[in-house]
Amino acid sequence: MLSIDCPWCGSRDQSEFSYGGEAHIVRPKEPEKLSDEDWGDYLFNRKNTKGRFEEQWCHTAGCRRWFNAVRDSQSYKIEAVYKIGEQSPDGIPE
Amino acid sequence: MKNKYSIFSLVRNAVSYHQNWSQAWRSPDPKPAYDAIIVGGGGHGLATAYYLAKEHSITRVAVLEKGWIGGGNTGRNTTIVRSNYLWDEAAHLYEKSLKLWEGLSQELNYNVMFSQRGVMNLGHTLQDMRDIVRRSSANQLNGIDSEVLTPAQIKNIEPTINISQQARYPILGASFQPRGGVARHDAVAWGFARGADRYGVDVIQNCEVTGIRQQNGSVTGVDTTRGFIAAPKVGVVAAGHSSLLADYAGLRMPIESHPLQALVSEPLKPVLNTVIMSNAVHGYISQSDKGELVVGAGIDSYIGYGQRGSYSVIEGNIAAIVELFPNFSRVKMLRQWGGIVDVCPDACPIISLTPVKGLYFNCGWGTGGFKATPGSGWVFAYTIARNTPHGLNAAFDLNRFYTGALIDEHGAAGVAH
Ligand SMILES: Cc1cc2nc3c(=O)[nH]c(=O)nc-3n(C[C@H](O)[C@H](O)[C@H](O)COP(=O)(O)OP(=O)(O)OC[C@H]3O[C@@H](n4cnc5c(N)ncnc54)[C@H](O)[C@@H]3O)c2cc1C
Ligand SMILES: [Zn+2]
Repeated sequence: MLSIDCPWCGSRDQSEFSYGGEAHIVRPKEPEKLSDEDWGDYLFNRKNTKGRFEEQWCHTAGCRRWFNAVRDSQSYKIEAVYKIGEQSPDGIPE
Repeated sequence: MKNKYSIFSLVRNAVSYHQNWSQAWRSPDPKPAYDAIIVGGGGHGLATAYYLAKEHSITRVAVLEKGWIGGGNTGRNTTIVRSNYLWDEAAHLYEKSLKLWEGLSQELNYNVMFSQRGVMNLGHTLQDMRDIVRRSSANQLNGIDSEVLTPAQIKNIEPTINISQQARYPILGASFQPRGGVARHDAVAWGFARGADRYGVDVIQNCEVTGIRQQNGSVTGVDTTRGFIAAPKVGVVAAGHSSLLADYAGLRMPIESHPLQALVSEPLKPVLNTVIMSNAVHGYISQSDKGELVVGAGIDSYIGYGQRGSYSVIEGNIAAIVELFPNFSRVKMLRQWGGIVDVCPDACPIISLTPVKGLYFNCGWGTGGFKATPGSGWVFAYTIARNTPHGLNAAFDLNRFYTGALIDEHGAAGVAH
C-alpha cells in the first residue's frame, strides 16, 4: 500500500484516499460550442502516462480535500504533492 | 501438417526419451518488409496473425513482441472463459469466441486444456438477483446457455461453499453458464504461435516497437529495437501499453492502465468443480488441473505499469474468498503477481480502424479479454485484411466515444473477469 502525504494531514495510508485520475484536465468553458470529437476527447481520452505523472487524489477518510500528486506510474513512487490551484513541479499551470 | 502432434508422435518420441521433439516455432530474424505487422505477441496478437494467414491468406506477417510471447496478461490471467454478457453486441462477440474455444485444441493440433466445467456468478443482494435474472434472460434470447440457480442448487454443485444466511453477505442465488470454464493460458499463446508459424508467419520475440511511421496519413512501418520494418498494415494489440503505441502514432485513447493481481495456492485434492465469481464481495476462484486454487483480485485504483499491485487489494480479496469458502482459511498461498490491464470507460474493447490509414488497434479488453482470445483474433484479422470491421466488431470502434454509443458492460464485466 502506498503511503501518501496529504498536504493538510501529512503521511497516511493509501486506504484513506480515493483516486481521481489525470490532473489538470481543463473543463471546456463553452461545452455547447465543441464538436462531438472535442467533447469525446475531453470526456474519455486520457494521457495514461508511463512514468512521471500528475494525478488527483482525495483524502476521503480524512480531511476530504482534493490535491494533486506527481507519481511515477512504473515505480509507483510519489515524487511530490501540491494543492489544487498550484502549479505542478514540472510547470503545468493550475 | 509437418510435425503433427498425435498419439503416434508421442509414442515415437517416447522411444527416443523425448530428446528429439522439433521446436514448435522458428525464431527468425525480422525481414525488411511484411504485408502486415502485428505489434504484441500476446494471445490476441498471435491469434490475429494465425487467422490472417488461415482465413485471409495473408502470410507475409510478423508478430513483434518486446519480451517473450504470452509474457503479458495472456500468461498472467485467471483464465475464466464465458460469454454471458448483457448487451447484444458484447454477447455476440464473446459467444463467437466461446464457439471457437470449443474446437480450438483440434483446430490448432495443440491441447489448450479448455475445460467447460461451468461458471457461476453469485448474487448477494436483491439488486444482484434482479440483474442476474435480467442478464440470464438476455443471454437466453441470444441463444447463450444460462440458468438461474437457488442457493440449494449452488450447494449441490459446489458442496464446500457457504450458503448460510448468517454470512455477512449471504448468497441469494447465481447465474450459471455450463459451457463456460477455464483453459491453459500459456498453451493458448504457444498453440497460436505454432499454428501461425506453420503458415509462414514470423514470430519475433525480444523486439520492441519504439515508433510508428506514417506518410501522407498512411502507415509505412514501425521502428523497433531491431531496426525499421516496413509494412502497409500495422495492427496494434499491446494491452496495457496501448496508450504508448497510440502516442507513437499521434493518437489519443480512452484507456487507463491499472495493475490487476492474481494468486495461486499450494496444490490440493480436487475440491472445486466449477468457476465461482462474485462481483459483490469481489473474488473469483477456480482450481487448476495441478490442484492449485487460482484466485483473482481486483484492480488498484491508480494508473500503474509496474506489473504489481497493493497488498491491501489481495487482503480484501482473500477475505471475500474465505467468507465464501470458510474451509480455505488454512490454505497456503504460493505465488502472487500482477498484470497491466487496459481499462476502457464502458468495460468493452476497441477493435477498430484509426484515423491513420493502415493502422488498426485492438485494445481495451481490461480485466476480461482472455476469454475473447480466439474471437478477438478472428474479427481483428478480418478488420485488417479487408480494411473494414466485421459485423461482430463494428460496434466496438473508436467512434463510439464521439457518437456516445457506448456498450455499458460494467454490470457483466466491470469487476468480474
Ligand atoms: C491478474 C489477471 C487476471 C485476469 N483474469 C482474466 C480472466 O479470468 N478471464 C479473462 O477473460 N480475462 C482475464 N484477464 C484479462 C486478460 O488477461 C487480458 O484481457 C488478455 O490476456 C489480453 O490479451 P492480449 O494478447 O491483448 O494482451 P497481452 O497478453 O498483455 O499481450 C500484449 C503484448 O504486447 C507486448 N507489447 C507491449 N508493448 C509492446 C511494444 N512496444 N512492442 C512490442 N510488443 C509490445 C507485451 O509485452 C505483451 O506481451 C486477467 C488479467 C489479469 C492481469
Ligand atoms: Zn487530509
